[in-house]
Amino acid sequence: MPPLLRDALPFLVLAVAPVVATLAGADWLVPVFTRMVVFALAAMALDFILGVGGMVSLGHAAFFAVGGYVVGIGSQHVAESTPTPFGLPGWDDLLISLPLAFTVGVLIALPFGWVSLRTRGAYFIMITLALAQMVYYGLVGLTSYGGDDGISMWWGRNTVAGAALPNRLALHFLCLGLLVAAFVVLKRLCAAPFGRVLDGARQNEARMRALGYRPLPYQIGAFALSGGIVAVAGALMANVDEFVSPGMGHWTISGELLVIVILGGIGSLSGAVWGAVVLLGLEEGLKEITEHWPILLGPLLVVIVLFARGGLTGLLDRLGSRRTQGGDDAGGA
Amino acid sequence: MLLFLEQLLNGVQLSVTLLLMASGLTLVFGIMNLLNLAHGSLFMVGAYVAAWTTGVSGSWLLGLVAGAAAAFVTGIVIELVVMRRLYARDHLDQVLATFGLILFFNELVRLLWGIRPMRLDVPEALGGFVEIVPGAPYPLYRLAVIAAGAAVMLALAWLVQGTRVGMRIRAGSVDREMIGALGVDIGRLYTLVFALGALLAGLAGVLAGPFLAIQSGMGEPILILAFVVVVIGGIGSLKGAVAGSLLVGITDTLGRVYLPKITDAGPALSSMLIFLVMAVVLAVFPTGLYGRKS
Amino acid sequence: MPMKSAAAAAAAAALLLATAAAAQAADPVKVGMVTTLSTGAGYLGDHVRKGFELALEQAGVADRVTLLVEDDGLDPGTATQLTERMVERDGVKIMTGAIFSNVAMATIPKLVRNYDILYVSPNAGPAPLAGKGCHPRYFNTAYQNDNFAEVMGKYANEQNLKRVYLMAPNYQAGKDSIGGFKRFFKGEVVGEVYTKLNQTDYAAEIAELRAANPDAVYFFYPGGMGINFMKQFAQAGLADKVVALGPAFSFDDTLLDAVGDAAIGFFNGSQWSPDLDVAANKTFVDGYKAKFSEYPTLYAAQGYDTAQAIVAALQKTDWSTADMDALAAAMKQADFPSVRGEFAFGNNNHPIQDIYVREVFKDDTGNVTNRIATKGFDNHVDAYAAECEMK
Repeated sequence: MPPLLRDALPFLVLAVAPVVATLAGADWLVPVFTRMVVFALAAMALDFILGVGGMVSLGHAAFFAVGGYVVGIGSQHVAESTPTPFGLPGWDDLLISLPLAFTVGVLIALPFGWVSLRTRGAYFIMITLALAQMVYYGLVGLTSYGGDDGISMWWGRNTVAGAALPNRLALHFLCLGLLVAAFVVLKRLCAAPFGRVLDGARQNEARMRALGYRPLPYQIGAFALSGGIVAVAGALMANVDEFVSPGMGHWTISGELLVIVILGGIGSLSGAVWGAVVLLGLEEGLKEITEHWPILLGPLLVVIVLFARGGLTGLLDRLGSRRTQGGDDAGGA
Repeated sequence: MLLFLEQLLNGVQLSVTLLLMASGLTLVFGIMNLLNLAHGSLFMVGAYVAAWTTGVSGSWLLGLVAGAAAAFVTGIVIELVVMRRLYARDHLDQVLATFGLILFFNELVRLLWGIRPMRLDVPEALGGFVEIVPGAPYPLYRLAVIAAGAAVMLALAWLVQGTRVGMRIRAGSVDREMIGALGVDIGRLYTLVFALGALLAGLAGVLAGPFLAIQSGMGEPILILAFVVVVIGGIGSLKGAVAGSLLVGITDTLGRVYLPKITDAGPALSSMLIFLVMAVVLAVFPTGLYGRKS
Repeated sequence: MPMKSAAAAAAAAALLLATAAAAQAADPVKVGMVTTLSTGAGYLGDHVRKGFELALEQAGVADRVTLLVEDDGLDPGTATQLTERMVERDGVKIMTGAIFSNVAMATIPKLVRNYDILYVSPNAGPAPLAGKGCHPRYFNTAYQNDNFAEVMGKYANEQNLKRVYLMAPNYQAGKDSIGGFKRFFKGEVVGEVYTKLNQTDYAAEIAELRAANPDAVYFFYPGGMGINFMKQFAQAGLADKVVALGPAFSFDDTLLDAVGDAAIGFFNGSQWSPDLDVAANKTFVDGYKAKFSEYPTLYAAQGYDTAQAIVAALQKTDWSTADMDALAAAMKQADFPSVRGEFAFGNNNHPIQDIYVREVFKDDTGNVTNRIATKGFDNHVDAYAAECEMK
């Protein structure tokens, strides 16, 4: 499959499927696709530091949850007409809550990245997990925001520039738009000197230093950017579910994001979208077959690892190059 | 003071369970370079089979043997079917595949034994108390767990340090190609190491069974703690696993008891404490206390 | 069908024919149940479903109600999706099933405000939904979360237990339960300990508890946490020295199976007990044991009453769900033979009912189960009813 089609196809699926569902009178299916978009966005941000920068974070759920709480806390204060802790009024408009989620995500990710990047390999995985667990328990301790129960936004989701979103499709395409924007920006960054330094450091950190680069500021910067984007995804998730809870920051969410990235194929960015569509789609589909669906999904994941190296995008690339007899060199990126 | 000693003992007892888990994890990680998330599933298999066997036969000892044996056999099977194909892969592929195994095993026990939690009681012979110091009776079973764990670890140390197989294992952890060149059957050696780790995990599951609710997913919380131990100690180091598990077990126990007495935020702080310890240890020693410098 | 109930069935059939001949031709009413069937707590939803189905069967209306069941996996996001799907895709007008407070808070307030439906909670009873957040379309047939804690506080006073030690996981439901206990308890609290959520080993906390030397311990540990705590409490040899009190959530028959003899002699607060001397309860308990070959839990009893309440309301509206206000009004009358005896809905649509103190004992078949020790409250009204603006 040519790389352009490989990259575009999952976006097309996510654009067309909910429209078809709505036209067919199955409006209730739209949130299923919106969830895919939101998870794809978070996974793509993870893939950016993982595939390009070689940083395997098992703590990205922390940023997801923080982004969700930016939305939940702001809208709780609006609904209850109480001032926020710093005396500011609450907020319940996406034009405020999304940039705010991004900023808070970046501000938390900066020190996390700085501490974590003292280590490498499996130690990096575990220290990001540790930091995320601290955020998780911190959120459980937020008793004025529901503690473990979280915040139920029964008063409704955020507005956009003061206007309520008319329906589910509107929210879906807003999320999809942000996903496409993130894809374009991150793709550009990969090709820019910023991305090259990251990629170089992943392959051979000593050589990058010898060339006169200090990779660490780049790596911390990439980690922070990734954290900010995941926080935006969390803010969108809060608007899809109209609910936030510490559960968004549980380590299993970090694990799920990793699984999506690996399943889709690391380093390609569009792999994250493939991974989200296929994993959440499989869950949804297998549930229809049996209530014991994990007993099918588990071995399926094992088989995919064993027989589809490089994840789904890797598989598609190989399929394409075999059919075209190597006429298309998919390894360009 | 008396109470403090008792709490220390409780900390050591938690450490022993963690050590049994962590030693297998760190061996597999250090020697085969395999990041095995499904290690907690072996803990669960041990506990389930022991509870079921004890329930059917009425013999706790038989349950102990059956639980450990089941984990051992499960270890051999998943090594032969899945794990050996993963040694050459990077950690990410291992994460995805062993995550798949977790899903499978958690659902399998639910299919086999239902969603009700199972029960494993303390063996009758160990149901009593010991007054280590007058006025503070300590459960005999918990002391027995400490003793059993220590004995198993000594046996493991002897196996690794004092036997031919152990020599090969140690050689394998230093230089994989070399021992292959020396004519050692690496495949068999790896299967053995993996199954040994599985056996220890299963044993931990059985010994901890009487303190726990035996239910699907019980392996994951302890897996996270065991990983913390491995990483604090340094990957591949048994000495590190001992130090790490004592540090985690005692810190966790004392933190839970004493932090809430100092501050109102104590309960939340004590939940974070071991992760805080890990972050600090890694910030100072980026490859753990006894880890090899990269 | 057994011979002896044939006459009753014939009478019921005649009644049905006489009163509902027109409605007979109509489609069955759909009831949606999104409940917790997987995870370690999956048996709670399973029992609610079994109780619900048994009630339909015993009332002879199994063909008048179509029960749609889905598993929320204890995940609020999944629960929201599945409930909205049932309402929109399947046109369900009556929803039930919430087991856990966090799932209830995520789904119920939105559902009853966004859709023209009735929600009946068979278990979860979080404070906000009983107080300021009460709603005319939301009913709770189980309890308000604090009830079982309150009765134990009162019981501790009555038993002259002066020094009590309190323990719960460090989360909202744990703090609410401790709060409920303290609302009625007049003695001295010698320790108030919040442990990690889903902690498994309580050795350290139990050592502190023994050192404090209280008359009694009140603990709120539902599910797996309860199994661990009770086993370890007994293993530490404290069962003879310290009176153990708790809410019924730690003492259902499934948990007692897993704990075994270690729980004998513990006291717990509940609105229902298998030995409650009410005719409807005998029908329920006997029917449940015969059909499912296991002892019923309070969750099964609540599922049973939820079905009875819904069926009673539907019978008043001739099985019509067209006029939701009429259905809600019919519901509010609570005109059904509850397994708990007297049962009424208060101004906030939560139960006004008696609350009992139960004792764990071994029955003559060797099964560890509950029996009533004493009645704690008569027609108890929950603490949040006054905050509800409904009349």
